[in-house]
Amino acid sequence: MFVAAAAAILIALALVVFRAIMGPTVFDRVLAGNSVGMLAILLLAVMGFLNGRPEFLDIGLTYGLLNLIGTLAVLKFFRHGDLAYDIEEKRDS
Amino acid sequence: MDIAVDIASGALILIGSLFIVVGGIGFIRLPDVYTRIHGASVIDTAGAGFLILGMMLQAGFSLVTVKLLFILAVFLFTLPVVAHALAQAARHEGIEPLLSEDRTKRGVSGGDPDQGGRP
Repeated sequence: MFVAAAAAILIALALVVFRAIMGPTVFDRVLAGNSVGMLAILLLAVMGFLNGRPEFLDIGLTYGLLNLIGTLAVLKFFRHGDLAYDIEEKRDS
Repeated sequence: MDIAVDIASGALILIGSLFIVVGGIGFIRLPDVYTRIHGASVIDTAGAGFLILGMMLQAGFSLVTVKLLFILAVFLFTLPVVAHALAQAARHEGIEPLLSEDRTKRGVSGGDPDQGGRP
């Protein structure tokens, strides 16, 4: 079962990495990068269960939190062109 | 009882794997950014949810279950934030969502899915 889950995650990783390389806009690449992070967490958990050592889950938790920060930082950079934009800037969306 | 829990966790893990592969295919097949967010959502809610539920059944009552629950909570809290920020940033950048008129004009099967939603 865990072997099948690991194989499925690897297939999905290959497809998502293909989209990250081919993506026409930068937002496709950001979304694919976020999904690569999520799939890596799942792969860590599944590999931990496969090896009988579920202690890898701590690494997965840390990676999940870092993934959110990284994705939001990249999105903010592409929206404002700067990570420290002026707070008075007009926020039209 | 033990066998029942094993069968249930195996079924949940297989369903989660199926949803993960479906989300990966959606990344390739869906036509523009806004619809690809849906593919990412399938991976991160249905796929990860079923997979982690199956692993929780496999782990039993222990600290591992609590950690898996935290990972699931992180997934369920961060994915909407990322999807919302991504859609807002793409809209701000001026990428128009693909409408159904464009799709019929292009032809359903003849469209090029790699043009970022531009016909």
